[in-house]
Amino acid sequence: MSLDLAPPLTATEDARRQIEICNACRYCEGFCSVFPAMTRNKAFADGDLTHLANLCHNCRGCHYACQYTPPHEFALNIPAVLAEVRQDSWERLARPQALARMFHERGVAMAGLLVVALTLFFALIAAARPPGGEGFYAYMAHNLMIAIFIPAFVAPLALIGLSLRDYWREVGGGRIRLRHLLKAGDMAGRMRNLNGGHGDGCNFEDGDRFSQKRRIAHQLMMWGFLACFAATSSGTILHYVFGWHAPYPIWAPPKLFGVPGGIAMVAGAAGLIALKLRADPDLGARRVWGGEMAFILLLGAVAATGLALWLATGTGAVGPLLAVHLATVMTLFLLMPFSKMIHGFFRFTALLAEAGKQDTAR
Amino acid sequence: MTETYDIAVVGGGNAALCAAITAAEAGARVIILEGAPEPYRGGNSRHTRNFRCMHRGPMFPLTGSYEEEEYLHDLMLVTKGKTDEHLARLAIRTSEECLPWMQAHGVRFQPSLSGTLSLSRTNAFFLGGGKALVNAYYNTATDLGIDIRYEAQVRHVHREGQRITHLEVEIAGAPAQTINARAFVLASGGFQADLDWLARAWGPSARNFLIRGTPYNRGVVLKDMLDQGADSVGDPTQCHAVAIDGRAPQYDGGIVTRLDCVPFSVVVNRDGQRFYDEGEDTWPKRYAIWGRLVAAQPDQVGYALIDAKSIDLFMPSVFPPIVADTIPELASKLGLDPAAVKATVAQFNAACRPGTFHPTELDGLATEGLQTPKTNWARPLDTPPFYGYQLRPGVTFTYLGLKVSDRAQVHSPEGPITNLWAAGEIMAGSILGQGYLAGFGMTIGTVFGRIAGKEAAAHVA
Repeated sequence: MSLDLAPPLTATEDARRQIEICNACRYCEGFCSVFPAMTRNKAFADGDLTHLANLCHNCRGCHYACQYTPPHEFALNIPAVLAEVRQDSWERLARPQALARMFHERGVAMAGLLVVALTLFFALIAAARPPGGEGFYAYMAHNLMIAIFIPAFVAPLALIGLSLRDYWREVGGGRIRLRHLLKAGDMAGRMRNLNGGHGDGCNFEDGDRFSQKRRIAHQLMMWGFLACFAATSSGTILHYVFGWHAPYPIWAPPKLFGVPGGIAMVAGAAGLIALKLRADPDLGARRVWGGEMAFILLLGAVAATGLALWLATGTGAVGPLLAVHLATVMTLFLLMPFSKMIHGFFRFTALLAEAGKQDTAR
Repeated sequence: MTETYDIAVVGGGNAALCAAITAAEAGARVIILEGAPEPYRGGNSRHTRNFRCMHRGPMFPLTGSYEEEEYLHDLMLVTKGKTDEHLARLAIRTSEECLPWMQAHGVRFQPSLSGTLSLSRTNAFFLGGGKALVNAYYNTATDLGIDIRYEAQVRHVHREGQRITHLEVEIAGAPAQTINARAFVLASGGFQADLDWLARAWGPSARNFLIRGTPYNRGVVLKDMLDQGADSVGDPTQCHAVAIDGRAPQYDGGIVTRLDCVPFSVVVNRDGQRFYDEGEDTWPKRYAIWGRLVAAQPDQVGYALIDAKSIDLFMPSVFPPIVADTIPELASKLGLDPAAVKATVAQFNAACRPGTFHPTELDGLATEGLQTPKTNWARPLDTPPFYGYQLRPGVTFTYLGLKVSDRAQVHSPEGPITNLWAAGEIMAGSILGQGYLAGFGMTIGTVFGRIAGKEAAAHVA
């Protein structure tokens, strides 16, 4: 049979072919969590491949170390094939699926939704300006903001919860214990899977040279995002529990979290964009390159508009800036189950599943 | 356009890179002439995994201690004394200082190993394997300003008396050009990828051999130097071959083509007959002899047959086994005579005796009354499904090489060639005259690469 006549392999089939070769070699076992996880199997079910794919952080260390990359006839490209399987898993397990496929593949669609949301907000602002609100709320009634944001926030999280439940079943995750959560938290918090196994970082952006840049930029983004989330949460608590309303002084928790968090996110986004432009697109899921880029830009825009809003306090720019900021935040949340944002949830869940599997294997 | 370098290094694997880096750090202007295109750079070093290292106490990533006498003893066992003890001791002793040097030049090691071979005391494993090591050295070489040419085929090393004057080199298919240098290091490997040469040495059966490593080690430079009267070592009729999966690519299959199933198998030849004790010893120890055993069989093939009891007892193989529900069906799927194989297996099964099977040690579970016994792990093939793998000889390297001094200098009957050094596989036969010791090739390459680089740099200083 000629190879030309063989039907092309699906991402999962090709991943199985490649992982079986990889598992017979094992030279890369120290790079990251994927390789020790691989050695637990001799045959790989679809769920095993989904698990490996979501453990892979696309550091590319294994690719540059591999003796079987093209032009070798084994043609291994583990980072790319796992990126495809990972992407497939997010799209397959997301609901509604049609939305997921559209957004993962089309960064432009994300931007489109952003514009629609923006327009909507401008219209709302014009229509619903309350008499006598203070600060931000001079521009938008607080209750209206809550009425819009609570569902926009909770519904995506609920959808993600359902996806993760399906994922846990597919990869055969077991009972979750506190030590698994701690292990997964440590792996994610320090981004251990981007340290190359030797602490020199990953190969992402500069051929086979190692660098910490991606790990650092990613950490800035992740911790910045969490800080901004804490800022919003603390604002909500101050508002409802203590009756202390925005704007807050610089020493209050919403600002203490929000300002450094916002700066970190902007720096992280700039770094991740620069690195992504330098990286070889053939070592990732090519079809979602645009969507991933748009997602980083969106995160950067959320933070940048938030910072701008703070700097504009007391000026006439607050109105339009607030609309833009709220629109970006809302877009981010609405797209959470369908955009690259989902990777955070899946990665953490994969690390958690892996911590459990290591426990059982021991 | 002829340029003059201080040192021209022929080859682009571990030994060449160690030589080039050492020379450049001593201030020499160096060019590396790598025969392979960039994706395949690094020769057989690409396929290696570890470095055998002497050490007097725990030293990252090595545990315990592994001292000169024990190391030499291990070498004597595999070579059966075919080694230059003076050079061997030099390589062993110097290996200890190589490890920190390697780390300082970007090589990273695995902290510990979960794989099947427990070698954490004697061998340091490269994180990511040999290609990662090669990458690290190429980056170091680039940072040192070393010129690197890929697809650079050295056609002739021009010798005038006891001096080398220049090289004739074809670069990327262009007509041969002259590369001038004041000193030269040859680190261009053995000749195992030249099937004609192998066939001349081994006989026509060598054309059925698979080459586990790079297709670029064709021995062009080695032959050129031997033709010009350089002293040689090693047996030209010998190569190191192991039994690998018969479906492996002709070249460059590397580590994944190994098959660890033989101790748990019944191995038959093309005619369905057993020909050697599969259970003679544990697999790492007996692995190497099977290349030779299979090479001696008709058509240079063997077939390892196992049953469902044993399928999970060895490392995963790169190609899936052939599977069947009965022995005759398996035989016909493998292209063997079902009746002959059925008879062989029936005879084998009848010779098995009850006892305790222990897969990781010599368990003494032997056949009784067979002309070719199986002395350990002899269990009847009786549990379907049955699995089969084709075995063929896979060549790892050749032994014939250039004889060097303890300063890595190349000699001729008229005395040393004053500005010529050699390192790596092209001279490894000086130390490893027979057999193989895991990780020792990289030790020889690193030790003699650094010596060659240092001596060549001193020569031009």
